[in-house]
Amino acid sequence: MTADHIVRFENVQKSYDGESLVVKNLNLNVERGEFLTMLGPSGSGKTTCLMMLAGFEPATHGEIFLNEQPINNVPPHKRGIGMVFQNYALFPHMTVAENLAFPLEVRKLPKADVEAKVKRALEMVQLPEFGGRRPAQLSGGQQQRVAVARALVFEPDLVLMDEPLGALDKNLREEMQYEIKHIHDNLGVSVVYVTHDQSEALTMSNRVAVFDDGVIQQLAAPDVLYEEPVNAFVAYFIGENNRLLGTVREVTGDYCMVELDGGGGVVKALAINIGGVGSRTTLSLRPERVVLSPAEGAVPNVLTGTVKELIYLGDHIRTRMTVSGNDEFIVKVPNAHGHASLKAGDTVQLGWVAEDSRALDAPQDGGPA
Amino acid sequence: MADTTMTTADGIPLKVSLRKALMRQKMRALMLVAPLFFFLFITFVMPILDMLFRSVDNSIVPDILPRTVLALEEWDPDVVDVPPEAAFEAMVKDIQEGYEAKTIGRVGRRLNFENPGMSSLFRKSGRRTKKINEAPYKEALIAIDDRWGESQTWRVIKKLSPKYTASYFLQAVDMQETVDGEITWQPEEYQVYLNLFWRTLVMSGIITILTIILGYPVAYLLATLPLRTSNLLMILVLLPFWTSLLVRTTSWIALLQTQGILNDLFVLVGLVDDDDRLQMIHNQFGTIVAMTHILLPFMILPLYSVMKTIPPSYMRAARSMGANPALAFVRVYMPNTVSGVGAGSILVFILAIGYYITPALVGGRTGTFISNYIATYISGAAQNWGLAAALGIILLALVLVLYLLYDKIVGIDNMKLG
Repeated sequence: MTADHIVRFENVQKSYDGESLVVKNLNLNVERGEFLTMLGPSGSGKTTCLMMLAGFEPATHGEIFLNEQPINNVPPHKRGIGMVFQNYALFPHMTVAENLAFPLEVRKLPKADVEAKVKRALEMVQLPEFGGRRPAQLSGGQQQRVAVARALVFEPDLVLMDEPLGALDKNLREEMQYEIKHIHDNLGVSVVYVTHDQSEALTMSNRVAVFDDGVIQQLAAPDVLYEEPVNAFVAYFIGENNRLLGTVREVTGDYCMVELDGGGGVVKALAINIGGVGSRTTLSLRPERVVLSPAEGAVPNVLTGTVKELIYLGDHIRTRMTVSGNDEFIVKVPNAHGHASLKAGDTVQLGWVAEDSRALDAPQDGGPA
Repeated sequence: MADTTMTTADGIPLKVSLRKALMRQKMRALMLVAPLFFFLFITFVMPILDMLFRSVDNSIVPDILPRTVLALEEWDPDVVDVPPEAAFEAMVKDIQEGYEAKTIGRVGRRLNFENPGMSSLFRKSGRRTKKINEAPYKEALIAIDDRWGESQTWRVIKKLSPKYTASYFLQAVDMQETVDGEITWQPEEYQVYLNLFWRTLVMSGIITILTIILGYPVAYLLATLPLRTSNLLMILVLLPFWTSLLVRTTSWIALLQTQGILNDLFVLVGLVDDDDRLQMIHNQFGTIVAMTHILLPFMILPLYSVMKTIPPSYMRAARSMGANPALAFVRVYMPNTVSGVGAGSILVFILAIGYYITPALVGGRTGTFISNYIATYISGAAQNWGLAAALGIILLALVLVLYLLYDKIVGIDNMKLG
């Protein structure tokens, strides 16, 4: 017995021009009640996947299942999937209430039911007084709420959201993230969410699928994604990340010894995604895990860095250094009591524990450098 | 309110200061529009004002026959049939003077509009009154032509004595003011204009509806096809603009005439008999076909510009909510194109209502528009600028009324031309 999958992509491929694949052999399950985010840079194939799921783009190859039923030949209006669009797509010639009533009227619900459901949906997004207004009379955030309410008003099992917060300013975007998350928690509806904003993905999702080049690079919960990226792209794309290139010299169990380019010496790191001895690798290291002036013997890896630039950010001081020939090496110095006070030009000892540095695949040509 | 006017640092009221600062900007803007403004004023506003004036202007009679007009003031045709001797004397003097100045023919022509025959009467009298130089003038004039003795002749002249007249407008709506001052319908056989106005409106309406039916799908394709295909289609839509109007119209003649391509084809496939070829041109049908073709781009372009702004996500949203394609189109797409349909319709209708060349070429007897009659009265043998002006003004008023009606129903602000 398989798990309760509301959506299943099976070997799905998509090509627009018959020459290149936008989505390459996608296999993905969405569990019932899950909030799954497809995250990736533009052109990574995430929106195409969403459009195939909604039915607006046919899959070139493979099959998509909704509630274990193949839906490749089901037109969009018969799929019963709610959808929130990038620019809301509220109908300008209808009032807010008429917009919300549209999916219900199409389903030929009795008038009284329609009114009750529209009212409830407006209350859910905290806009009970706005039924009579036109979308153009609402602010961006209000339009966004109406769009969410409209996608949910006919009680679909699955709602797709295509970068719905892209047009909002930062504060409103964060507020809406929590609101959408709460709605998801309360209704138990499954959500497939597309975004290129990693903080949005980390905030809202149960699981995140990181897309690049038409392939899912990693599918995991937000904390796993951040702390245990399986390849250089994910490490680069999620959060801030220091990359040090090097060559594998020795592999022992879960660990390996890497000789850094630029004369930094040999450091010990977790062996995650490397070839054999002698292969190239990228060491990935989060800036907040770097220790400045470590005590003697406290960390296995100690290097020397030269401070290039200090940026005061309130809660921490972002310090850019040259370490082992890499002058984009970032260290976050917390603005805590008694923190190290540095000046540009200072030379300082820094180090990290082996578990915080992950040896990943080396950059390919054309990959993130 | 106390003294709360804002002032600048050196105490000048802020408003004064602001006005000064904006003055230069305004002047520059004015200078930029000045050439166009003068051009429009001379070529557009002035002719319209002139036309307005001509439609009521009746200065010919009082200007050329001043003495007669004065003498006829006292005369009451209901009491005495023929005016007194003084009027005859005034008429003789006026005709003599007018004959010298070569203006007498114009009075004749003007009076002829009201009472056929007056033109010849004045031409005949002009030559012969030279010899009359003493009383009795009445007998002398009647000797030249009996009509001078008739009450009708003098009544017409008296009727046209005022400097302004409504007679052109009355004529333009198939009415007349009889010599007794009554306003009645023209005799049945002279009633043409109301019918013509009605025909012009109905045919323009049909043409507008046809352009909507034909243009809507094309505009939809233009707005939704990929850029490369839609560009090609756009060129096809615009192609007619690069061909002469005359060429397009005459090619319809070649296509539709009884010995034309279409009829030949019908005969060939046996659809119609050779002796019974269809009359498709030089009638209403021909005018409607040719004008629909010619005005089609004016419908497609505003429709296209509106459709282009409708995001494809509207239709997708409607479909994701469970509407089938047809329902989504009717409930979501079409309502958003109303402003384009409105703009296109009003453009096509107004262009159609005043169209001249095409109906003149392919309209025959039943397919001509009011503008063709206006043109006849401006340049044709039956020159009558007053009537042409009155017809033109009624046409202008009709268009304005329709425009206001449109504004009331749809709202001009909603119109999008591009």
